[in-house]
Amino acid sequence: MNIWEKMMDIDRRWIYLLVGICVLIPLIRPVGLPTFTTPYTQALFDYIDKIPPDGSAILISFDFDPATAPELLPMAQAILRHCFFKDINVLCLGLYPTYIGMIDMALSNVKDDYEAKSGEDFVFLPYVPGVTAVMLSIGEDIKRTFGRDYYGVPLDSLPMMRHIRNYDDIALVLSISGTQLPREWAVLVGTTYHVRVGVGTTAVSAAEFYTFLQTGQFVGMLGGLKGAAEYENLIHAKGYTKKDTRKVASMGMDAQSFVHMLMIVLIVIGNIAYFNIRKKKAR
Amino acid sequence: MKRQIPLIIAFICGIGMIIQFFIPHPVSQKTYEEVLHWQIIVGIFMMIIAVRSLCVVHIDKIRRKKEGWGYSFITLFAIAFTAFVGIAFGMGEESLISDLYQYIMVPMQSTMFSLLAFYMASAAYRAFKARTAQATLLLVVALVVMFGRVPVGERLVPWLPRVIEWILMYPNMAAQRGILLGVGLGMIATSLKIILGIERGYLGGG
Repeated sequence: MNIWEKMMDIDRRWIYLLVGICVLIPLIRPVGLPTFTTPYTQALFDYIDKIPPDGSAILISFDFDPATAPELLPMAQAILRHCFFKDINVLCLGLYPTYIGMIDMALSNVKDDYEAKSGEDFVFLPYVPGVTAVMLSIGEDIKRTFGRDYYGVPLDSLPMMRHIRNYDDIALVLSISGTQLPREWAVLVGTTYHVRVGVGTTAVSAAEFYTFLQTGQFVGMLGGLKGAAEYENLIHAKGYTKKDTRKVASMGMDAQSFVHMLMIVLIVIGNIAYFNIRKKKAR
Repeated sequence: MKRQIPLIIAFICGIGMIIQFFIPHPVSQKTYEEVLHWQIIVGIFMMIIAVRSLCVVHIDKIRRKKEGWGYSFITLFAIAFTAFVGIAFGMGEESLISDLYQYIMVPMQSTMFSLLAFYMASAAYRAFKARTAQATLLLVVALVVMFGRVPVGERLVPWLPRVIEWILMYPNMAAQRGILLGVGLGMIATSLKIILGIERGYLGGG
């Protein structure tokens, strides 16, 4: 058995150990490498930045659960920070029961920094079954669809909801998701109710949504942890964050950088080994 | 009759909603709103049926002492306990159900998903090989995109992010659009088959 055969036969636990080290070290000692801002992140940031304070609201659909939270929660938090700093009213929606907890977590992490109040600066909508029926029903009447907010307060009594009835009063629907739901938002809601739609998605899913960006069905897109880090940098550069705010996505990007580099090295070594073994067999 | 009535309902609802879409009249609009609310109500009953179905499957597993019946017991306990906590102590911030979510559900799901990184690294090392021309192309593009999507790559090769944007914006989009058109046409065909009663799988019974 030569060295290449031995390398191909390596115990997978060594690879797991290397991945673990590459994730942990940058998290413990962040490197803080700068990230190039993609045009779609910039487009989404610019669109939100131009929404007038206390005017039309933003509907953020938290279409993700804890599995994809490491990528998507920092994204949601960065957008909430942007909205709260600019006094843009936010409607938070979760289309599945497990998504509701993500809203709770994002709001808990952000609202106190900006003294954002439920019913005045944001409204946390409760879970209502039906997914597409709920998406379309909001286009008719939000208050009739939900009745009360997550805390049980009638929507009619909330100051923020006085001037919000349906998509006509919403400047942007933002779907943060690792699923196909952003596509449903663009096709069902964007097309039917002529409301602008944006997307925040996992790096794996981002490739699927370029076609909607090109047609203008999405105003912008945050792709994966990189998109979240780019957005964090943009709001930080504009001074929309507190001094002690942790740039969670940027810290994660360091870990992702190291793991990507490790994967590249592993794939290259794996291929060199493969060709050497093949050459030896051919002889 | 047991099969014909659902087929008639599907046909009337399907054709009715298609016609409604093209009639901008208040009555048509009101009908549409009502149908959406019915759909939400039906969704609530679907959840009841789903919970019942889950319970039936797991109770049967426990009764027959099938392999892994202990896990079924945990599943049933978790459903009952979560429902009890939600109903008895209420929802909202700093509630017990919120803690259950934050300290049990979040770590469990995150752990499961995080394990993928380890498996993917090991699988890529062993299986991602340039065996054919197509596999080589896939391999090269994957390496370029992986390298360029992280700050290290952007720093070392400043023009790489633009190359990646081009890959995603043109070759990737062309393929994605083809897939989307195929899916769209398939959805129209399937919808028509359901409305016209050709596709009857949703009625159950094999």
